[in-house]
Amino acid sequence: MLKTALHDRHRALGAKMTDFHSWDMPLYYTSILEEHRAVREALGVFDISHMGQVLVAGPDAVRTLNALMVSDISQVAQGRACYTLMLNEQGGIIDDLIIYRLGESEFLVIVNCGNRAVDVAWLAGHVEGQTTVTDISEGRSILAVQGPRSSRVLEEILDAKVAGLGKFCIAPIRTMGPDACLARTGYTGSDGFELFLPDRHALRVWDAVLSMAKPLGARPVGLGARDTLRIEAGLRLYGTDMDAATSPIEVGLEWTVAMNKPAFIGKNVLVTQQQDGVARKFIGFELSQGPVPRTGMELAVDGRRIGMVTSGTFSPILAKPLGMGYVEPAYTKPGTTLTLTVRNQRHHATVVKLPFWKGDAKTQAALTSPAAPTRERLT
Amino acid sequence: MHVPPELLYTKTHEWAKRDPQEIVVGITAHAQEELRDVVFVELPKVGKVVKPGEPAAVIESVKAAFDIYAPVSGTISRVNDAVAKAPQLVNQDCYSKGWLFAITPSVPEDVSRLLSPDEYTKQIQTATH
Repeated sequence: MLKTALHDRHRALGAKMTDFHSWDMPLYYTSILEEHRAVREALGVFDISHMGQVLVAGPDAVRTLNALMVSDISQVAQGRACYTLMLNEQGGIIDDLIIYRLGESEFLVIVNCGNRAVDVAWLAGHVEGQTTVTDISEGRSILAVQGPRSSRVLEEILDAKVAGLGKFCIAPIRTMGPDACLARTGYTGSDGFELFLPDRHALRVWDAVLSMAKPLGARPVGLGARDTLRIEAGLRLYGTDMDAATSPIEVGLEWTVAMNKPAFIGKNVLVTQQQDGVARKFIGFELSQGPVPRTGMELAVDGRRIGMVTSGTFSPILAKPLGMGYVEPAYTKPGTTLTLTVRNQRHHATVVKLPFWKGDAKTQAALTSPAAPTRERLT
Repeated sequence: MHVPPELLYTKTHEWAKRDPQEIVVGITAHAQEELRDVVFVELPKVGKVVKPGEPAAVIESVKAAFDIYAPVSGTISRVNDAVAKAPQLVNQDCYSKGWLFAITPSVPEDVSRLLSPDEYTKQIQTATH
């Protein structure tokens, strides 16, 4: 089993561990629901070092990435990030990833851990001109610090103007050497940050965040709450909500696609799908009460199967069961009533617009305040 | 892990309390600890006929759904509506306020097949080592 640099710390904190794509990762420390609330109300710190870190660099790095990704990477300014998709020739999603532009011709690509080998091989097999693809995951950690208290706490610890870093911006943490970066990104729907660090800094930052933020209600958070948080925020999970046979249009991620780009792998399939439509569309739905929707459960209308659940949970913040999945395009309108059958009992499910949780006033204020990239201000 | 001496147990982590007319059933501290975060409890209908080893209720945690088995044969006589409304009672007080359902037993000797507190304690110790 693979271990992160923080593995001993997770054990010491009494974490219940789980096998996640061959990584021995914390599922929860005390309770998924409590850890979930800590992120929404105060702060949670996650070890997500299992995720892959890939450096794509060189004079033709933009050209390489633009040929592979659905987004227009040339439009991503230095110090900014972009959520995007990498498609196969059939228009299916190889992975969803975040690309950070560190320099004019240097990009940090964060990939799902289960796809790391496939992604690196695909990237390396499609380089254009002078581009290098380097898997730098080994010896490096990623910490996610998420929740409304994140910016204040990190500002204290990192001795930097963290609060001024705009949403989806990245900047070096100069006090930790050239290889450490901080980005205002995450997978929770709450305001928060991700820190990309050499392993030697990980434990110190982890402990510092928790000891400083504990009086504010901070907790270490495992993969269990990472999943419930991302569902509440309507965020798709690769391997669960989408895979290599899913198109961006089906999964509702067409907003990431720059159709005006002359070419990228999978584009022609998307053009056809835009004209002809697709057979299924991704939706969110909620139950007023009752059981938790689980992967693979059937969705029906008037006794006829029209779709399937891919993700579900009980939302501790909205206090109801939530689900996401695919339905025939005729049933995607918010307010549509679906039937979810659980253990032979039928339950009403209502289609709702994603995300389920739209953020609180505090979060919104933090995200809309000074948004200029502040790469230079971090020293 | 707390295993009250006055109760009987099943291998599948239910406890059974012998009252004069009925057997009250819930899940053990060990079971609720393993499940954590209980968010939904589906109880049987009063009058339902149950048999040992057959699912009688369902407890759902955030991560998964678990069948709860009837420890003895009989008819469901009462269910705990409070736990249906507040599933976290299973986590907070599994031996008292978090009880699930009661059975009017039909086969009195079923009780003799249940585990004593000592036997159940040994079982969970073996399982966790």
